[in-house]
Formats: sequence, C-alpha cells, structure tokens
Amino acid sequence: MTTALAPHGDLALTDREHRLLAWIATVDHKRIGLMYIGAGLLFFVVGGIEALLLRLQLAQPQANVLDPQSYNQLFTMHGTTMVFFFGMPVLFGMMNYLVPLQIGARDMAFPRANAFSFWIFLFSGIFLYASFLAAGGAPAAGWFSYAPLSEKPFSLNAGQDFWTLSLLTAGIGSVAGAINLIVTILTLRAPGMTIGRLPLFSWMALITSFIVVFALPPLNAALIALAVDRLYGGNFFTPATGGSAVLWQHVFWAFGHPEVYILVIPAFGFISEVIQVFSRKPIFGYSFVAGATVLVGFLSMSVWAHHMFAVGLGAPLDTVFALTTMLIAIPTGVKVLNWTATLARGSIRFTVAMCFVLAFLAQFTFGGITGIMFATYPLDWQLTDSYFVVAHFHYVLIGGTVFAFFAAAYYWFPKMTGRLLSERLGYLHFWLAVAGFNLTFFVQHFLGFMGMPRRVYTYPDLPGWGALNSISTLGGFLFGVAVLVFLWNVLYSLRRGAIASDNPWNAWTLEWATSSPPPEHNFDLVPPVRSRRPLWDLAHPEEADYRSAEAGGERG
Amino acid sequence: MLAEETSKDTLCYGGLRQLVPGRPEAGVFEPVSPLARSITDLFVVVMTLGALVLAGVTGTVVFFGIRYRARPGDDEPAPIYGNRRLEIAWFVIPAVIVAGLLGLSIVTARAADPPTTGTPDLVIIGHQWWWEVVYPQNGAVSANEIHIPTGRPILVQLESIDVIHDFWVPQLGRKMDAIPGVANRFWIQADLPGVYLGACAEYCGTQHAWMRIRVVAQPPAEFEAWLQQEARPIAPPATALARQGQALFESKTCANCHAIDGRAQRPNVGPNLAQLARRETIGGGVIANTPENLARWLANPGSIKPGSLMPDLNLTQQEVAALVAFLDGRP
Ligand code: HEC
Ligand code: HEM
Ligand SMILES: [Cu+2]
Repeated sequence: MTTALAPHGDLALTDREHRLLAWIATVDHKRIGLMYIGAGLLFFVVGGIEALLLRLQLAQPQANVLDPQSYNQLFTMHGTTMVFFFGMPVLFGMMNYLVPLQIGARDMAFPRANAFSFWIFLFSGIFLYASFLAAGGAPAAGWFSYAPLSEKPFSLNAGQDFWTLSLLTAGIGSVAGAINLIVTILTLRAPGMTIGRLPLFSWMALITSFIVVFALPPLNAALIALAVDRLYGGNFFTPATGGSAVLWQHVFWAFGHPEVYILVIPAFGFISEVIQVFSRKPIFGYSFVAGATVLVGFLSMSVWAHHMFAVGLGAPLDTVFALTTMLIAIPTGVKVLNWTATLARGSIRFTVAMCFVLAFLAQFTFGGITGIMFATYPLDWQLTDSYFVVAHFHYVLIGGTVFAFFAAAYYWFPKMTGRLLSERLGYLHFWLAVAGFNLTFFVQHFLGFMGMPRRVYTYPDLPGWGALNSISTLGGFLFGVAVLVFLWNVLYSLRRGAIASDNPWNAWTLEWATSSPPPEHNFDLVPPVRSRRPLWDLAHPEEADYRSAEAGGERG
Repeated sequence: MLAEETSKDTLCYGGLRQLVPGRPEAGVFEPVSPLARSITDLFVVVMTLGALVLAGVTGTVVFFGIRYRARPGDDEPAPIYGNRRLEIAWFVIPAVIVAGLLGLSIVTARAADPPTTGTPDLVIIGHQWWWEVVYPQNGAVSANEIHIPTGRPILVQLESIDVIHDFWVPQLGRKMDAIPGVANRFWIQADLPGVYLGACAEYCGTQHAWMRIRVVAQPPAEFEAWLQQEARPIAPPATALARQGQALFESKTCANCHAIDGRAQRPNVGPNLAQLARRETIGGGVIANTPENLARWLANPGSIKPGSLMPDLNLTQQEVAALVAFLDGRP
C-alpha cells in the first residue's frame, strides 16, 4: 500500500501530500465512513457550542448575552446542524464503515457514488456555514423553516437561501448514499448470509436507507418550491398571493417525521449489537426486532400531521393521525422489551459501551413515553411548541441516538483503529454525560407545563422560570465537559490506546473476523456463514447456532 | 443595562399576584375552565400510566443488571432466541393500552374543543409581534390584553396578518395556530376572575419572545362596563402639553400606523392606542405600562424590543413628553 503511494514520477508529491491524497481521493468505504464520522463530529462540536451559547442566554431571565436575532440564528443553525450535519452523517458514516464488513463484502456497491455522497454532504455543510458571511447573516427561521416566515417578505436575509440550497444538495447526497447501501445489502452479501441472518445493525441500515429514499424527495420538492418562491417570485407558500402556509407543513413533515426515524433506527442497530455481546446472549426475538422495524419504516410515512395538531385540521384528521402515531409507537416501543429480555439469564459485562446501552434503555423509554403524550392529542394542544417538546426530542435524540452512538464508538473504535478507547476515561465520560444530559433536559418538562414556549430568546421573570433555566444551563455545560472528555479519549487513544486484537470483545459478527483495522480489501477469507453468529459457530462447533433453526441456522 | 431595567419592570407580574386570586403564572396543572380541566385530567391518567411503564422497564433493567452481572469464572450463558408467545403478548398489551388512550383522547378532545358554532365573541389577529383584539359585540379594539367575562365559554376566531402565530393560555384551554388566510375558531373560558398569562407559541420571528398574552377575566357586569369604556375614542386632550401631543400624533406619522378611536380597526399596523392607558403592559409584555416606560418606548422602541416593527421616530424629549401626556390621558 505505502509503497504503491511512495512519491515518484511526475507527481513528485511529498509523503504528507500523499497521505492527504489517499484520503481525499479515496473510494474505500472505510475511509469514507471515517471521514463522515470525523466531519460529523466536527459539526457536533460546532452545534454544541451554539447550544451552549443559547443556554447561556437563557440562564437568567432577560439576560443580554445574545440579541434576539443572534439567538434565532443560533437555534436555527444548532437544530439544522445537529439533524443534517451531525446526526445523519455520523450515522451514515457508521453504516458505511460497518455494513460491508458485517455482510462480508469487499466494499460498497458503488464506491465512487459513495465518495460523491460524502463530499456533497461536506460541502453542503460548509456552504450552510458560509451564510454567516452573507448579507443579513445566517438563517433564522428554525430547523423546519415554517412558511410564510421563511418567505422573502419576512426573511430578507440571504442566509435563508443558503439554508434552502444547502439542504437540497445534502439531500441529494443522502439519497445517493441510501441507494448505495440498499444495493450493497441486497446484492453483495457473503455466501450463506441470507437476509434472515443479516446482523441487526445491517438490518437497521437497510430499513433506514429505504426511509431515506422515500422521505428525502418530499423535502427536496418543498425546498425547490421555497427557492422558487424566494428567488423567482413564486407563490407556493405565500397566502397573500394565493399560496398556502399549511402546505409547507404537510410536505415538510412528510419528510420530517420519517427523518426522526432515520436518526433513531441506526441507533437501534447499535444497541442490538452491543447488548448481545456484553450480555453474552443472542438477541431475544431477532425476527421480531427486524420485523417490527420494517413496520416502523412503513408507518413512519403516515404520521406526519401529528406535528400539526395545533393547526386546527379538525377532529377527523386529528384522530386519524393520533391513531397512526399510536400504531407506530407499539413496534417502536416494544423493542425496548426485546433488549431488556436479552439481558435475562445473561452474563452482563459493564463495559463503557454497555453502560451507555443501559442508560439508553431508560432514557429512550422516557422519551418514548413523553412521545405518547403528544400522540394523546389533547395533551399536544397544551404541550406542543413549549419547552416540553424541547425536552422530549432531546431525550430521544441525545438520550437515545447520541448515547447509542457513544456505545457504538466504544464498541467499534478498536475495529476501526486497532486501539481500544480508554475505559477509565470512558466511565468519566459516561457519568458526566448521564448527569449533564438529565440535568439539562429533565427540568425543561416542567418549564413546558408552566407555559414557557420554545424558541424564545428570553422570558419574563415568573416564579421558578429563572431557577429551572439556570439548572438546565448548568447541566448543558456538564454535558459539554462530557463531550470534551470523549474527544480527548479519542485523540489520546488513537496514539496511546491499548492495542486491540481482531476480536477484543469476543463478538460474533463478521466485522470481527478480519484484522483491526481491516485491510483495504476487508477480508482475506470470509468465514463460512451458516447462522446469524458465524464467529460463535467457529468458536463453539458443538453448540453452534447453525444446528438450531431458531437461531437462523441451517436447521440442524 | 437593558436587562436590569426591564427585569425590574416585570416585577409587575409579581405585584399582580397579591391583587388577584389564583396564580396568573400557573400552567397546565391549574386549569380554571372545564375546557382546560378536561385536558389536565387526561394528563393525570397518561402520566400515571407512563410512570408505571417507566418504572417497570427501568426496574427490570436494573434488576437484570444486578442479578445477571458477570461473575468471575462465568461460562457463556445458554442462548435464548426468543419466545413467540411472550412477544405476541407484549405487542398486544401495549396495543390495548394505546387503544384506550386513543378513546380517552377522542372523549377529551370533544370536551376541550367543542364544535365552534355561533358568532365569535372575540376576534384575535396575530401580528409580528403583538395581538390585535376585536370585540364584534360593540366594535371595541384592544391589544395584547384580553378581557373576558367569567363563567361562560368564549368563542374566539383567530387570524393572522403576516406569519403563523399561536395563541396559548394554558389555564384557559387548548392552544391554536393563527394562520394567514385561515380563520381558526376555538373556545376559551375562565370560571374564576383573575389574570391568566399566555404567549405566542409558534415561532414567528425576531420578537417571538415578547408576544405575550394577558387575559383578564372579570365578573360579567364588570366586564360589560370595561367593554363600553374600551370602545370609546381617546380622551380629548386636557392640557396644553397633551394638545401638542395630539398634533404630533398626526405630524409624526403615528396616525398612519395607530388608530386612536376605540372602534377603529384601521390603521392596524400598530396597536389601537385609544385606551392604551388602561393596559398593564406595552410592547407585548416587554415592559409595564407606566408614563416613564411609555416615554422610554417612544424615545426608542428598538432599545426595549429590538427588531420591533415600530420605528424610532427620533423624537425630542419634549415631543415624547407631549405624546405621553396625550396617550396616557392621566393628567
Ligand atoms: C410604521 C408604523 C408605526 C409608526 C409610524 C408608529 N408606530 Fe407605534 N407601534 C407600531 C407597532 C408595529 C407597534 C407594536 C410593537 C410591538 O409590540 O412589537 C407599535 C407600538 C406602539 C405602542 C405600544 C402599544 C402597546 O399596546 O403595546 C405605542 C404606545 C406606540 N406604538 C406609539 C406610537 C407613537 C406615539 C407613534 C408616533 C410618534 C408611533 N407609535 C408611530 C407601529 C408604528
Ligand atoms: C449539550 C447538548 C445540547 C444542548 C445543551 C442543546 C440545547 C438546545 C437549545 C437551548 C435549543 C433551543 C431551544 C429553543 O430556544 O427553543 C435546542 C434546539 C434544538 N436541538 Fe439541541 N441541544 C443539545 C444537543 C442536541 C443534539 C445532539 C441534537 C440532535 C441530534 C439537538 C437537536 C436540536 C434540535 C432539532 C433543536 C430545534 C431547533 C429549532 O427549534 O429549530 N440538540 N437545543
Ligand atoms: Cu407570534
């Protein structure tokens, strides 16, 4: 490898330039995956700094840290960054890295399209941030940019156009990436790796990719319509000239709700893998977990108007969307029971990764229950657009997705780098994250009950509001420290971490059958796949899964 | 600077508590109407159920964590691949629970949001960043402060001039979006006299934070008296200073944006100022309505509510004093 890249010939590049080129020009799914994760984490830090600025402003009633317009720009950028430039890329990066390894493939189906997806995401993100330099500054209409506020008469700043175009191009990259994953999973599986033996993370990647393919196009259609309105004087969403303000909401949420499943289903995949290995048991109800998630994928297209209960759609529509939302809650929620049951009669190892999984179970359940409260739509008539919503979705996105990502990071870091993350720093990271996260967002439920609307740059000094907000800010900074510890752990362990063996956790899926980190071509030899846990079968031929039909084996 | 001054001003909210029964800042758990109470009751049911589920799940996780923690010398535990019957059961039980919740939702929705037939008692129109309040009964027009009679449901028609806003007073009933091009109707009610605070809940731009709502619920007779008064034009100027203010109101273009006849709905670029003196706050709740604050507002609205659509008209101190004398009406 290195010799092939050694500087010679007309290129006459230095070693350093070669190394850079090896990344920039790569079509290797592992390098692309790592670049996705690295860039996503950078955006996470930027979005996190924005969040802390917001929290500083809210720490006291009528504080003067940020003027209203800056506050509005920062929450818009924070939300947009976290959803489109941290959440999706980091999850796409993990899928990119892991799926080909888990299914025993050499690379993704379309390696060049894969590189295209990454670069278009990165440039979309940079483009979005360039809006800070544009006339009128960054966008300020919120991450769902409701029309007509996002229309020209009310948002004159060029930043709003940056927002529209940046999401449009990012969306094209996501759809390309999703198609790539679907084709990879459907066509490049190793011999013996039937769909019924797909590791659960790869199952979740498959379902997520299908949702991306169906959900992103409505967003892109809406974005184009908005761009036409703003740049060429169209009238899609401007009531004053015959458009409809509510239309934007329908189309946006037709994307927006599936989007939250795009952000959480890969997390289900992380949890499913890690919990098996550290309770030393196969998942309880494999087909149930996979099947229920397929159901979630379908249903996710039918729940969008539960974001619109306050629009006044009328009783019949409210009821129908409450029904579909209740329906989707079932397959989403009961997976928690499968994970819990997987723990039973296991031999549980409290590694840092496992600690994050266990915290996920409690926090995600909590976020799910507050979600059910919104589906009970008369409650939504009180809670929507209040701080209760902010608390709810951060419970799902941080308590759920981000915690699951941390678990995944500790679990797969040795495979990706050949070194283990420090467990000592890991426990510190874990406890700071649990304390900081819950402190920040638990109290916000009460602010919602008390009548504090979301997206306000300040608030009157009503009894209790200042105190609860101060606690929330304190927690936010604690969580910030947790993230710093994590990043330090990554940088430190990259150089000094303990050397990892090929399979440091005694795991069972194919990615652990190759070296850590894997060679460019992934596998010298793919082990035989005769059940869902090929490496278990290799290690325990007498009790091999392939002897049992129940375990997805070859029926004895 | 600004922060210091304004936070002192909002002490008026605290002061109010001594004047009125009930707590004006109370939220969804202190409803004062059957509409809001039906929602609160549902809160109690759903949150109790939720707490049970949460306790069940976390309790089991903790129990398994302790009971099945790895011990030195453990063998690999025997695999358990699943249990069809159990899995079906835990699909069906939540299904029954949510079916129940859906039923309760439908029943509660009827109680909290009854059919909106009849003529509206109130027309409320959202503006960036204040509320226009119209009483069709006698044509009175107010802003941000909404008086209602106690003890009967009030039918509200909600509209918007510009972007989407949302009317939310937790103690009185559901929230509802104010959407341009759409006239939404819903009911609010207060059984106890008092002041109930609310706010615009749909993000509507720069000053979304200061688009607050004060509902003042009064016994019907008191309300009727208020309503008659509210429809009157601004008091004729009583002093020379106030007369000067009246002239300035025309010459400084205030009249292009503000009406000073209590029944005039145009111009409505800014709030109707006929009965301004009787309102507790100005600028959508950002400061208390005192002559000093009014002067500060007129001198430079943007320093108190940055981004507000009321321009700074570069008034001299003397002009400000004259306008305050005219608008405040208190000699
Ligand atoms: C271009 C239109 C415009 C002009 C001209 C204008 N205003 Fe205003 N004014 C507004 C708007 C809009 C508001 C509401 C501001 C807010 O709450 O965000 C307002 C608010 C006010 C308020 C506070 C009312 C309340 O109930 O909160 C007062 C008092 C006021 N204006 C007085 C004046 C005077 C006096 C003048 C002339 C010197 C004037 N305005 C000129 C648009 C205007
Ligand atoms: C320490 C971590 C975090 C803190 C302290 C934090 C804090 C905040 C704050 C203060 C707001 C604005 C609330 C408002 O004014 O309405 C907000 C909004 C939001 N946050 Fe976070 N956040 C954090 C992490 C995250 C993460 C990890 C995600 C997603 C993966 C996320 C997604 C969002 C979204 C989507 C919004 C809504 C933006 C909008 O209203 O347009 N946040 N957050
Ligand atoms: Cu508003």
